Amino acid sequence: MDPMAEIRLTFFQECEEQLTALENGLLSMQEGDSDSETVNAVFRAVHSIKGGAGAFKLNALVSFAHIFETALDRVRSGDMVPDADAMKLFLRAADALADLVAASRDGAVEVTAPYLAIEEEFNALIGGGGAAAEEDEFASLDFQPIITGFDEPPPPPPVAAQNLFTIRFRPLRELFAKANEPLALFRELARLGTLTTTCDIKNLPFLDTFDPEDSYLSWELRLETESQRAAVKEVFDFVEGDCDLVIELAQSAAAPTPPEEMDITAILRKVREEAPTIAAAAIAAATPTPEADAAPKAAKAAVQPTIRVDLDRVDRLINLVGELVINQAMLTQRVLHSSHVRDREVTASLEELERLTREIQESVMAIRAQPVRPLFQRMSRIVREVADATSKDVRLRTEGEATEVDKTVVELLADPLTHMIRNAVDHGLEGPEQRVAAGKPPEGTVRLAAAHRSGRVIIEVSDDGQGINRPKVLQKAIANGLVPPDTQLSDSEIDNLLFLPGFSTASTVSNISGRGVGMDVVKRSIQALGGRISISSAPGQGSTFTLSLPLTLAVLDGIVVTVDEQVFVIPLTAIVETVKHEPSRIHHLGDHSFVLRVRDVLVPLIDVGAELGVRAPASDLRSGVAILIETANGTRSALLVDNIQDQRQVVIKSLETNYMRVDGIAAATILGDGRVAMILDVDALVGPRHHDWAAAETPFAKAS
Amino acid sequence: MIEKSLKQQTREAEFVAFRAGSLEFCINIMSVREIRGWTPATAIPRAPSYIRGVINLRGVVLPIVDLGVRLGLPGTEPTARHVIIVAQVGDRAAGLLVDSVSDILSVEDTSIQPTPDVASQLARMFVRGVIAMDGRMISVITMDNVLPAGMDLEAA
Repeated sequence: MDPMAEIRLTFFQECEEQLTALENGLLSMQEGDSDSETVNAVFRAVHSIKGGAGAFKLNALVSFAHIFETALDRVRSGDMVPDADAMKLFLRAADALADLVAASRDGAVEVTAPYLAIEEEFNALIGGGGAAAEEDEFASLDFQPIITGFDEPPPPPPVAAQNLFTIRFRPLRELFAKANEPLALFRELARLGTLTTTCDIKNLPFLDTFDPEDSYLSWELRLETESQRAAVKEVFDFVEGDCDLVIELAQSAAAPTPPEEMDITAILRKVREEAPTIAAAAIAAATPTPEADAAPKAAKAAVQPTIRVDLDRVDRLINLVGELVINQAMLTQRVLHSSHVRDREVTASLEELERLTREIQESVMAIRAQPVRPLFQRMSRIVREVADATSKDVRLRTEGEATEVDKTVVELLADPLTHMIRNAVDHGLEGPEQRVAAGKPPEGTVRLAAAHRSGRVIIEVSDDGQGINRPKVLQKAIANGLVPPDTQLSDSEIDNLLFLPGFSTASTVSNISGRGVGMDVVKRSIQALGGRISISSAPGQGSTFTLSLPLTLAVLDGIVVTVDEQVFVIPLTAIVETVKHEPSRIHHLGDHSFVLRVRDVLVPLIDVGAELGVRAPASDLRSGVAILIETANGTRSALLVDNIQDQRQVVIKSLETNYMRVDGIAAATILGDGRVAMILDVDALVGPRHHDWAAAETPFAKAS
Repeated sequence: MIEKSLKQQTREAEFVAFRAGSLEFCINIMSVREIRGWTPATAIPRAPSYIRGVINLRGVVLPIVDLGVRLGLPGTEPTARHVIIVAQVGDRAAGLLVDSVSDILSVEDTSIQPTPDVASQLARMFVRGVIAMDGRMISVITMDNVLPAGMDLEAA
């Protein structure tokens, strides 16, 4: 990869982070957080994107970000207190900015109507004149990548009115650590006007105490320029917090312009607000000028350092640790089974080893664990879009965003969750008038909550809408031939009809939801993740969809069973109970079909051995253990196995990596003795026998 | 010098030769990852008869193909003396169960003859050519068709 492309890639990666920070900040502003640090964070995010985009000559992005930034600057300076509409505009602009970033990354930038419309709205918000004035300031900014060389800046045009700024600038070591360069800043300043620099070296220590990575120099700069203070300050935006900076207007232009005053009062106000935090910064205290604009970030809570790691490396580590766990189990088993070693110390060491390996495994798994926050944030955008499209007033409440789940689970959840959120807004919530008529607040609420519960992640999507219209659902199911017309179904059975393939209650197909892909797709995706979905609903009060997902896709709890001397693992999540085997409870239906009576309920009894072709179908099932299972769609069956050996956590190994999908088998695992065992796919085992892919299977497979 | 440069022109490849039943085969050494002794395999339900099952190769689940059965020969009852050749097939790996590995051959491209017409359709699926050498006939196996066809479908 050429270096520029790499830098570009990094820029877009950072854009993602900035966009997240932006949306975060805006959302907390919407919640009423008027803390200046929040506003600053929002501003910085847009500003950084603009800066980087300028370096890559992404002009559409730069100009949109600039207008956005201008509006935010008004908020930052306290000039404007954003009302609810303004906040909505900001959020929409953030969405548009995200789109523009994505489009710029893919190299398909066109300034289309939505962006222009938002730009218009911004102009209306901040006043047309303001925007025009800002435009000039913007034109003077030229984001040239610093690496392009040492071209002399163009000589500043001679002007009548000059401001004289004195700037005291002392970089901290963090500034250098972040690869910023005072020289580049000075060059940027020199672009604005005539710059004279005086370097102060009195803090330089003797060589024996000199730390090459520390910062000892400070500068006093005099800048004669026609630019305003904001433009001067902007030069230092990227090093804000990493330096001590005081900008003073020593001599203002002949006729000071009103915005200038505005700016100063705004800063004054800000200084008053931030006085306590600034007091912490010793330098700021040492130079108590009224305009002291000491770094507001100084007192910000330390951000935890992070590193970017290639996902492949993490996965390799996880695989290795998986092997370590297996090897440790094998070692333990062998040592304990060999008769001559019954040493207490050996046993103790083995236990210690087991504890350590388990701890390593958990820590490694934790690397892949990600909070669901970014996922939830994406949903807030979906809510906004669908609410706009359906003219509904919707608020998304999120809970438990810090809940951590395996990265893959988070990624694979995005689609089903999007679908559910769309459904909740589009079908679940009523329109404002209807809501008021029902005695509810006009603004609907969609709640998205995540929590850990007994080793699984529970995600709930609920709305306070009309609830499931059961008569309509049943009618539709009958009309679609999904259930016979005279069926009597319980409420929960009717609710579960929603999960049937091809079911869609929306009478008209809107472009938001109801495109024929319905909840059955959601359900299948959740099942593919080893999860379950359930639904509860109260008429007039809303519906709740509950997802229960495994924390990781790498391990699962299962019970180890034997069938004709072969070992299989049944996932614990599917198991309801084990049933005492009594021949009197088994009823023969002919054609090797059996049913088992469990507390007066008859469930199909499936001989796992015969089903998987391990042994010939038996005509009577006198021996073995029956395990009552529940499939993801709620139907119950019993599996007949020879013996139950053990219950344990097993590492999931793909069978498809080197072989192929096998009907009735979910994956493979490696047991403590180092041998491979198959993990049963319970749903496929008890489900109907006509899978699409079964037909596509090789004729060789059929022949056996 | 002259001899050496001539040798480079007629491309030479190395093959691992092995026995399965009474026949001799070889595969290109570049597709062989390792050779290991037989360990009991776990049967895969609904697998073709020539798939002996899967083994744990350092944490990787590896399918084992009984090459003899694959070629239509009678099945082998594997013992500790049998050998698994771990081979790379595209981005997948598979083990070939064979009787023994005999030697490593350096063969020039030109000395590989096309598969004779008499060979059965089944054999022609994975025999790319034959090498006649010291009175032996060694079939050159391509790994592409040794595994079940469904795998290619999934890989596509």
